[in-house]
Amino acid sequence: MFPVLKVEGLIKKYGQKVVLDNISFELYQSDILGIIGPNGAGKSTLLYILLGIVSPTSGKIYYFGKDFFKNRSEILYKVSFASQYISLPYSLTVEENLKVFACLYETFEANKKMDELLKLFKLSEKKKTLTRALSSGEMMRLNLVRAFLNDPNILLLDEPTAGLDPEYIKYIRELFKEFSQKRKLSIILTSHQLGELEKIITKILLIKNGKTLAYGNLLELFQKFNVSSLEELYFKVFA
Amino acid sequence: MKSNIFRPKRVWGIILRHLYLLKHSLSRWIDLLYWPTVDLLLWGFITLYLQKRFYQEGYWIFQFLGALIFWNILIRAQQGLAVGFLEDIWARNLLHIFVSPLTIFEYLLGLFLYSLLKAFIASLLMAILAFFAFNFKFWIQGVDIFLLTVCLIIFAWSIGLLTMAFILFFGQEAEILAWALALLFLPFSAVFYPIEVLPQSFQMIAKFVPTSYIFETFRKILLEGYTLYTFIIKAYILVFIYFFLSIGIFILAFNFAKKTGKLTKIGE
Repeated sequence: MFPVLKVEGLIKKYGQKVVLDNISFELYQSDILGIIGPNGAGKSTLLYILLGIVSPTSGKIYYFGKDFFKNRSEILYKVSFASQYISLPYSLTVEENLKVFACLYETFEANKKMDELLKLFKLSEKKKTLTRALSSGEMMRLNLVRAFLNDPNILLLDEPTAGLDPEYIKYIRELFKEFSQKRKLSIILTSHQLGELEKIITKILLIKNGKTLAYGNLLELFQKFNVSSLEELYFKVFA
Repeated sequence: MKSNIFRPKRVWGIILRHLYLLKHSLSRWIDLLYWPTVDLLLWGFITLYLQKRFYQEGYWIFQFLGALIFWNILIRAQQGLAVGFLEDIWARNLLHIFVSPLTIFEYLLGLFLYSLLKAFIASLLMAILAFFAFNFKFWIQGVDIFLLTVCLIIFAWSIGLLTMAFILFFGQEAEILAWALALLFLPFSAVFYPIEVLPQSFQMIAKFVPTSYIFETFRKILLEGYTLYTFIIKAYILVFIYFFLSIGIFILAFNFAKKTGKLTKIGE
């Protein structure tokens, strides 16, 4: 089995400041990788580089065995992103925003796909609502609808459950698991909610000041560091 | 998997995003329709008064009205581009757009076409008003006017691209240029007066401003009934040089913003 994403020696510097220092990891089909680290660790920068919106200083990224920087558009049809911190344009309705992105991703049978996803993320009633009228939880769910519009093989999520109430956190967690197992979706996510992450991730990348402190299968890392929870692991590694 | 080559549907996505924005925004409609109307009526009646009172001969008012409509085409096309880009910055939508398969050239083409639509709506409104209020037929010179209009629009896009590049280089502090940069060319463009009234040093600068040739030709067509084709050629040469230069500068600025991480932070 070959990795759907392979990152090799990724370095990012802003002037003299090193934000990412030689980051390498691999993601396989159905993997759910949690990127964990304190604020300023470089998590968001890493996600943005993986999406091609920030250029790395050096390093290689391969999606599905292809060089990302040479095949950007082709690859991005199958990679999606959602963030709690970046909302869709407020002045458009939910439906209009989704139609725009359906065009950008050239989604097949867009209207049908939109209705299915709005139902799945319990937003059907908000279809004609202006995006500015959504609550933060609804906005995040809309971001997820947008992220699933193109049937991604890889999903990158920045704090996907922030702002959601416990009922939805549980619902979306189960949904991610289902997508990962049944539809072979691979997910990379960042979150500070360690308890939540532990219930869903299969692999983990712990970074601080741009450096990898630990990387691997979750259960193997638990054994290696002799801990029984992600929280314990976090405090042991970052101590 | 779909290829990297140019995809019309992705371009349509950008146009659609701005059409939806326009659909919901009264203030954007006012900006598009109100100012051209006020401009045309105000300057039209002032000119009409001056012509009746002081200058009875010639088609002075027509020259003024035509120049006003022409200048508006430039302003609308330039602002359509630069403000369209700013709309995506204000909505923090650039990140969503550029993590999609859309290429930078498709994004620009989407904005070009949208700005063309805005310029068309505003100039059509002005042309209709000029006809009913002053019996001025803007479209009467046909092909030559069309040639000048195309040249004007390409120059407007060059100014718009330069504005967008400045915003990417210097951040939102530079957004004022979306409204101000085109005006920098106004004194040298011979919009409302012939180039010969300018001081010698200004005339030298005007030689490098394509709009000076466009408006001089426009005046000749309107007042003397013939077209200065050498001027049109000069204008096109300059316009294409500036257009490709401004595309190069914009791409440079875009890559700079990706390198410095500004593209993810702009609009915060």
